[in-house]
Amino acid sequence: MAQRSRLHVPHPPARPGEKPDFSYVTLTPAGTVARPDAKAPARELENLGREMVRVLDDDGRAQGPWNPHLEPEELQVALRHMLLTRIFDDRMQRMQRQGRISFYMKSTGEEAVSVAQGMALQPGDMLFPSYRNQGLFIVRGRSLVDLMCQCLSNTRDTCRGRQMPIMYHWGAGNIFSISGNLATQFPQAVGWAMAAAIKGEDRIAAAWIGEGASAEADFHHGMTFASVYQAPVILNIVNNQWAISTFQGFAGGERRTFAEYGPGYGIPGVRVDGNDFLAVYGVTRWAAERARQSGGPTLIEHVTYRAGAHSTSDDPSRYRPKEEWTAWPLGDPISRLKQHLIGLGEWSEERHTALEKQLEAHVIACWKEAAGFGTLTEGPRLDPATMFEDVFHEMPPHLVRQREELRALAAMQPAKGSGEEKSLEARSAAVAKEG
Amino acid sequence: MAHMNMVQALNSAMDIMMERDPRVVVLGEDVGYFGGVFRCTDGLQRKYGEQRVLDTPIAEGGIVAAAIGMGVNGLKPVAEIQFADYIYPAFDQIVSELARLRYRTAGEFSAPVTIRTPCGGGIRGGQTHSQSPEGVFTHVCGIKVVMPSNPYDAKGLLISSIEDEDPVVFFEPKRLYNGPFDGDPHKPAVPWSTHPKGAVPEGYYKVSLSKAEVVRPGKDVTILAYGTMVHVAEAAVRLAKVDAEIVDVRALAPLDTDTLCSSVCKTGRCVIVHEATRYSGFGAELAATVQEECFWHLEAPIARVTGWDTPYPHAFEWEYFPGPARIAAALTRVMEEK
Repeated sequence: MAQRSRLHVPHPPARPGEKPDFSYVTLTPAGTVARPDAKAPARELENLGREMVRVLDDDGRAQGPWNPHLEPEELQVALRHMLLTRIFDDRMQRMQRQGRISFYMKSTGEEAVSVAQGMALQPGDMLFPSYRNQGLFIVRGRSLVDLMCQCLSNTRDTCRGRQMPIMYHWGAGNIFSISGNLATQFPQAVGWAMAAAIKGEDRIAAAWIGEGASAEADFHHGMTFASVYQAPVILNIVNNQWAISTFQGFAGGERRTFAEYGPGYGIPGVRVDGNDFLAVYGVTRWAAERARQSGGPTLIEHVTYRAGAHSTSDDPSRYRPKEEWTAWPLGDPISRLKQHLIGLGEWSEERHTALEKQLEAHVIACWKEAAGFGTLTEGPRLDPATMFEDVFHEMPPHLVRQREELRALAAMQPAKGSGEEKSLEARSAAVAKEG
Repeated sequence: MAHMNMVQALNSAMDIMMERDPRVVVLGEDVGYFGGVFRCTDGLQRKYGEQRVLDTPIAEGGIVAAAIGMGVNGLKPVAEIQFADYIYPAFDQIVSELARLRYRTAGEFSAPVTIRTPCGGGIRGGQTHSQSPEGVFTHVCGIKVVMPSNPYDAKGLLISSIEDEDPVVFFEPKRLYNGPFDGDPHKPAVPWSTHPKGAVPEGYYKVSLSKAEVVRPGKDVTILAYGTMVHVAEAAVRLAKVDAEIVDVRALAPLDTDTLCSSVCKTGRCVIVHEATRYSGFGAELAATVQEECFWHLEAPIARVTGWDTPYPHAFEWEYFPGPARIAAALTRVMEEK
């Protein structure tokens, strides 16, 4: 019989109506992976890409050498940040459903990644987030009102109405601008880190992308440059199993872990339980120590699960079983840290419920304040003529002319309800005459 | 005043800026130890060290992305893309990131990156070493696009580009690196030392990124050209025996509409010349601008002389190249209109 090739098309383990199956996610028991010296050469660390660094065991106890041994007060702060992220996400999702904002993306189920890493890094370290890292802003103390105003594109929006919701930036907080083009920030973070090394600073950079976007050339450019110049940068792949409707197999996950990309580039790749706050914190500390000691970059794969839809425009019930989130073997990062704190005698169900209530009230109060600066449908609005600003450092003549054209058109428009609304024809005729 | 070819002039611009400003770094394929395949960065690594003049992996997208990150972190990167034909892997980083960073962050972040890249044909480069993709970049909001036609402008424009707060894509017509080329490949090469614009000050000076220059005054017809085509147009004017005014557009985006249009309004006729392909080329923007601003002064339809709408063919480059004969024919045609 003639031999012929056959195209392999990856299939997720379960589709809607089928039983969730996460047997492909290989786990390593908590506390069993050795923690090597942060200066160890990459080729001695290849096991870290295959195993999974875990600290919290099934009973919520911290195990093994990656435990960062944080004080209970720090763990309570972490729990608060994660809870606030989740409550903020839920509120914003609801506001999108009410038509107050155009779009939203929740990070539900992935809160430990941003919160643990944000807390493990120094305030001067530069962060290049993706679109599901709102926890980084919360850790660094960005006010929720500012985040909400960005989502509202209102008069206090730091993007001045130019970006979709959640495409935040915060210069003073050392958090770079989020781009809707996936993976572009990955090699930029490496360039930033190269500059830090050229200038002889001790600041490092960190960047995040999803496992799906690791297929983009930018990921590979980032890895190559980071390896060649041994840039002080932490490169994170958040493997939440789903890129909109395509499961991680379409980014190559059937053949290797995502952390295993690292060794191919001469970069240590560490696979970590992304829903284990302590493990993510411990691994990030290790990578930061390595980067600050001229040990070069680290690739971290955070194994987690996207509990919600990709965005408010997505309906995951069309492509994956509804029960996947509850069947996810690594659980819920908030419940796990809560269980750990309760086990330490430093937390209780009552305190948790009280904190939830307090944060919900805080988020609602922030929304009220933010909406006062305008929403898509009501209240004050930015002057549309500002759209011509910041294209260049100084506005060139052609943009000055276009701005005048826009203003002339706006000037023809009478105030709403003045009874003098002219027809579109009359307005354009008047503008044509002026022009 | 020294005599410099365009390579030396560009080298001098980078040398001066690296000397004056420790934030300036140079990166690109082969630019470091070797000094660049066209020698534009020759000696810079020896002088400023390998932390400031970086050889890079062959990954144009990575080069521009790294330059953006460096720019955000306070450096002033000058990135070389070895041939303009190789710039496309960096297109997303240029269009979606570099050009829009200031805008999307309302001025909180920006990256003052200069991207130098040799363009144009006439060097037996075939379809992957001859392209002129300037029109692809002039269509992008938020980047400046320039193309010098001589060593004096090249140095002054590059210094201005490096100092500019905005990103600049700096096209270098490689056929002009060693001498002014008038479009006749059979004539012996002429060095820049024979040309007035080959006289270049050794020190610091700037040429504006927003000004075109009238390089030949005339009264019959205006030729709008840039890069290599400025010199080819001069040869065509001699051939057609018309008193043409040649405007070196120089700054393609933003465009110096005033200089261009006051010339056309004066002469009443306009021929637009570029080496890039015609369809949706930069000449279309020039023609539309002239039509809008000078319509009542025009005595004849605006003519375009460009590369044909085909890839640049290796064996037929002189049939492809918009040489003096084609430009002269257009001048004659435009002059015949009453």
